[in-house]
Amino acid sequence: MYMRSVQFLMLTGLFIHCAVINAQSPGLGTPIDEIDIAAWNIDVLPDGTGLPSGEGNAVQGKIIYEQKCIVCHGLNGQGGISPALAGGEPLSNGIDTAKTIGNFWPYATTIFDYTRRAMPWFAPRTLTDNEVYSLTAYLLALNNIIDQEDIMDATSLPAVEMPNRDGFIIRFPERTP
Amino acid sequence: MSKHSSIDSFRDLRPAAANGLYDRRAFLKGGTAFATAIGGYTLSETLNAQSLVDDPWSASAGTPTGPYEARSRFENSVVRTMTNPNGEPRSQQSRTPHHMLDGTFTPNGLHFVISRSGPPDIDPDQHRLAIHGLVKQPLIFTLDSLMRYPMVSRMAFVECGGNSAPMWSPEPLDANVQALHGLVSSAEWSGVMLSTLLEEAGIEPSAKWLIAEGSDSLALHRSVPLSKALDDAMIAMYQNGERLMPGNGYPMRLLLPGWEGNMNVKWLRRIELVDQPAMSIYEARTYAPILPGGKAYQFYFLQEVKSFITHPSPGLLLSDHGFYEISGIAYSANGRISKVMVSADGGESWAEAELQAPVLPKAFTRFRIPWQWDGGPAVLQSRAWDEAGYVQPTRSEIVAARGEASRVPNVNGFPSQHYNGPTSWQVNQTGEVKHVYA
Repeated sequence: MYMRSVQFLMLTGLFIHCAVINAQSPGLGTPIDEIDIAAWNIDVLPDGTGLPSGEGNAVQGKIIYEQKCIVCHGLNGQGGISPALAGGEPLSNGIDTAKTIGNFWPYATTIFDYTRRAMPWFAPRTLTDNEVYSLTAYLLALNNIIDQEDIMDATSLPAVEMPNRDGFIIRFPERTP
Repeated sequence: MSKHSSIDSFRDLRPAAANGLYDRRAFLKGGTAFATAIGGYTLSETLNAQSLVDDPWSASAGTPTGPYEARSRFENSVVRTMTNPNGEPRSQQSRTPHHMLDGTFTPNGLHFVISRSGPPDIDPDQHRLAIHGLVKQPLIFTLDSLMRYPMVSRMAFVECGGNSAPMWSPEPLDANVQALHGLVSSAEWSGVMLSTLLEEAGIEPSAKWLIAEGSDSLALHRSVPLSKALDDAMIAMYQNGERLMPGNGYPMRLLLPGWEGNMNVKWLRRIELVDQPAMSIYEARTYAPILPGGKAYQFYFLQEVKSFITHPSPGLLLSDHGFYEISGIAYSANGRISKVMVSADGGESWAEAELQAPVLPKAFTRFRIPWQWDGGPAVLQSRAWDEAGYVQPTRSEIVAARGEASRVPNVNGFPSQHYNGPTSWQVNQTGEVKHVYA
């Protein structure tokens, strides 16, 4: 009788344990709240999801650019040891045409995202959100996409119409959601 | 025995294609017919038979075996090339020396690496992987916890979307297979299936993509369709049996078998399930090849069927006439390699190569075929088919569809991406091999 009880308890215990974990997973992940991932979660999506509060314009951005960016990307975004960010020839000039923000990038949000996560190269993620908005505005203005005084923020940036927005063909549509 | 006796043996065999290509199974059928065949790629004259004496290294005991094996000092020239050895603020590429390797996986020290800002020095005990976004319960994993999960091992190639980019050049390049095709390697990867972890977190129905992000200084991130994540994606922690090399993502990377190398995010720290792609710089700009006319391809996920000959190839001098094995590598994101054809006359005639077993999906397949070099000019070329029915395009086909660079590029440059046409090697009468278009 005693052994039976132990077996019964073991069986029910095992049953309960199985019921709370996924059948295919040992369930060793530790639950975490989104707020505790916030410091890592710096993704900005094309519709503006993830853009922080803050703002800036090209006039402010030019000052920051000439302090922190010009050494690699050159005067007025013309390129140096790092790629050119402004200008650019028509893409119909050849498959090896240099890609710039003006002639290629389809979404303005990509400028904010990459600048915030990866620049400056020697000290990534040290720019304030206002600085990133200002630099994004400066790069857009250099490419004559917005005006010098236009304010870039979480609302205006995703609404910027990039010149090459419709310049793409999905290579594998059957595999692309 | 004369070193030329192998030529006599060949006289009894029927050629499989012009200019010295023989039946791929000649060795298997012929047995001793090739016993005196010249074995490979000596840079010096083949020795004539002579009386043997003890060599100096046989005269005394050898050296102690170390805790981690180092290769023979005579192999020290088998190295990757480096484009940015001083770590300047730009990406760095290390290319695999395929012409000095054989088989179907790449030694860990020679696996290609592209790093945007240098491999980070990650303490594995402090590393974390977060899975969050459109999931029922965000989760965080330590390396220790992942090590307790059911593991899977599989062979898979990883290829940079820009591998073979010099082949977009309008003229052939003075370059070897390492320079042209060194940004692809193959390894056995072991780790946890990503689907296991995503199912543990619970996938919300609105999730369509995931964003994978590394813990390198640039926090490199790429968007991956959820369908690929649930198909065969792996959180890889071992490479050829040992922990990942730092350049390949230590302590963990995303492995997407067959898909564009840059998407196989290294130093993986975060996976966010989302309803739209991030349009990160690498998918919106870098790996979006421009097409003739000015449009550009977006989301060029697959590394399509490709092959190239590694032996002979530039830098390997054919020191004598006679027998050589032509061998090379073939692979496809669409599954197994089903056939490789080889030509020794620039594509005029073709013979089917032997595929080294086992032929595994989305992994390197080694092909081999016997070849008798008569000392005359030859142009060697390979072409591969995969089990999904795709065939490596000819150069004229790929140029017609995708164009070519407007000028001859730097051999380390990337005029475009995703070239999978054939590669031609011309053997001249002195036994030197160079890149040509044929």
